[in-house]
Amino acid sequence: MIKHFLNLEWKQYFRSSYWQKNLALNILLVFLALYFIVIFLALGFGLLPILKKVYPEQDPFVVVNGFMFFWIIVDLMMRFFLQKLPVMSVKPLLTLPIKRSTVVHFVLGKSAFSFFNFLPLFAIIPFSIMLIADGKDSSMVLTWMFTLISVVLIINFLNFIIEAFSAETELSFLPLIAVVGTLYALDAFSIVSMSSLIGDAFIGIANNPILILAPLAILLFCYGFNFKILKGKLFLDASLKSKVTEVKVADLAWTKRFGDIAPFMQLDLKLIWRNKRTKSSVFIMVIGLLYGLFFYPQEIYRDLVWIYPFIGIFVTGIFLINFGQFIPAWDSSYYKMLMSQNIKYEQYLRSKFILMVLSVALMFILSIPYVYFGWKILLAHFAAAIYNIGVNSHVMLYGGSFNRKKIDLNQRAAFNYQGTGAVQWIIGLPLMILPMLIFALANWLVGFEAGIAILIVAGVVGIVLHKKLMKQITQRYLNAKYKMIDAFSQDN
Amino acid sequence: MIYTKELTKSYNGNTVLNIEELTIPKGQSFGLVGNNGAGKTTYFSLLLDLIKPSTGRITNNEIVVDESEDWKPFTSAFIDESFLIGYLTPEEYFYFIGDLRGQNKADVDALTSQFEDFFNGEIIGKKKYLRDLSKGNQKKAGIVAALIGNPEVIVLDEPFANLDPTTQIRLKQILKDLAEKQGVTILISSHDLMHVTDVCERIVVLEKGDVVKDLKTSPATLKELEVHFAGRLETVEEEE
Repeated sequence: MIKHFLNLEWKQYFRSSYWQKNLALNILLVFLALYFIVIFLALGFGLLPILKKVYPEQDPFVVVNGFMFFWIIVDLMMRFFLQKLPVMSVKPLLTLPIKRSTVVHFVLGKSAFSFFNFLPLFAIIPFSIMLIADGKDSSMVLTWMFTLISVVLIINFLNFIIEAFSAETELSFLPLIAVVGTLYALDAFSIVSMSSLIGDAFIGIANNPILILAPLAILLFCYGFNFKILKGKLFLDASLKSKVTEVKVADLAWTKRFGDIAPFMQLDLKLIWRNKRTKSSVFIMVIGLLYGLFFYPQEIYRDLVWIYPFIGIFVTGIFLINFGQFIPAWDSSYYKMLMSQNIKYEQYLRSKFILMVLSVALMFILSIPYVYFGWKILLAHFAAAIYNIGVNSHVMLYGGSFNRKKIDLNQRAAFNYQGTGAVQWIIGLPLMILPMLIFALANWLVGFEAGIAILIVAGVVGIVLHKKLMKQITQRYLNAKYKMIDAFSQDN
Repeated sequence: MIYTKELTKSYNGNTVLNIEELTIPKGQSFGLVGNNGAGKTTYFSLLLDLIKPSTGRITNNEIVVDESEDWKPFTSAFIDESFLIGYLTPEEYFYFIGDLRGQNKADVDALTSQFEDFFNGEIIGKKKYLRDLSKGNQKKAGIVAALIGNPEVIVLDEPFANLDPTTQIRLKQILKDLAEKQGVTILISSHDLMHVTDVCERIVVLEKGDVVKDLKTSPATLKELEVHFAGRLETVEEEE
């Protein structure tokens, strides 16, 4: 049975139109993976000497265990945003003589082979070897190593449990933030010293190999819990047939002032509000808005002026990046209809453009309180907003004409909670890094004001050329019309 | 109205449609029948410029469909559920299509109110999204949406499939009225020979992309079609 599943997976992956047309992206992903592997390897081999140097009077083994708590929290956060439960189309399998539990075991088992689980090994194993070479008792280090591996898997399955709960709620980040926030708060306000507690637990297990049964029990529990959740979802009426929801009708008459693009704006707003997947990009705006708080309160970052535009682009452009990169795939399920209707492509695209511009303006206004950390930040955010409107929005629309992956809004793939993965964030990077580089260069050569001026000028040029750029972009879409219709009518 | 000349469509050298010449005059109700893979949907997709012809062209009211978009205002279609927008209610969908076709809400309401019988109380005012409707009800909404904005050409692919018997009969009446009283050119495809002979004045049989029969509907047509398709079946059985 497993053999058949693996065969299906293989075919699904290599026969998807997405894979074949996004070879470059796949190569980039591979490079990124290699990069992280090298970093982790370096960490694994280098950690012991570094620790000895930084904390000469402490046992490095104890120090490392003291950091375990933070690693668990960060890993959980990263996975929530980047890792998703492997998707498998189960509908065709349900009527075949396959046990439901086999399907679930396969999906869960496959998730254990995720890159996220292998990556820590590249640090854990070399570090363990270094410890043994350093004269630690090898049986103790081995026990510790296996404990870590089981913790990696616990995080893996815990993440899916959190994702399962977040899929239920409207505010999809709430469960994660609740879990991580509580743990962190307990530690930070020294109510329960989580970091030393967890550290002690690791050391305790390392000294008493029999205690490794505890993490294994937790692992089994997490697996079992996932199994229960997923098995419950493996019925057509539970997850494939969506719940019938009462329609909430909002008055969108205000869009009329945008003239001929009003019907499209109304459609886009309904698209965003009535589909889970698009709705999450609205909630991501909240995260984006708070993103600056990770940096600005800290003196170290406040001195790094060149990082301001990066954060500015992120804060004001998070919706643009999130929503924009799936234009026009959001409309893929009815793209054929749009193409046979009496519409002007330019109006259709302009509606998306206006939506992105509005979001940038809104985010800029909401981010004004950052002025508390200095007027330079406000200025940088303003420049970034102009740049987003003038440059990034057009880049997004242009890039959309290369979009060939269908997004199925109606029917969610059975186990797909978030529908977004690492790829989505990578695409956004150049949009943020390029203006940062431009700014950093001008800032270094001339000064802060010059850097800001260049970003604003670039944005204004984009705005001035808007009509012309839109014409070019529209032409691109027209040229790619048949290819897009074809790709959007394929599943996967 | 619709003139097809030397039209072929092939994928990797494999010809799936090959029509030498086909003229559909204005106001004709035109039926396309054929087994699976005969090229019915391919022809409609070419007519709506959703795929590019390999050679030849289709002109719709003197407009070459893959060169200009000016045929769109007077042409409407419902091919399959992918023509629906799942997260809208049927009313919102009608208004959206109406907006695109220059009809205000009152116009759309006036039109859809004529189809109360056809909807059987299951479409309008139900506060349900299109994605939550049954296949049959989705089809009803899609077909009526294709009638918005007084189109001169209406293309419906398999309009009778998935509909209940009552609705099938009502749909036949609607289509007949459109062609006879309002001079609308209607193109439908169907696997149901009885329905298609009931509705269409003219029936063209496609087989592996070629036009093999072009019949003006008469009382004998249904028999002729049945013999044609059954005959094919027998020869296939003999070969096996």
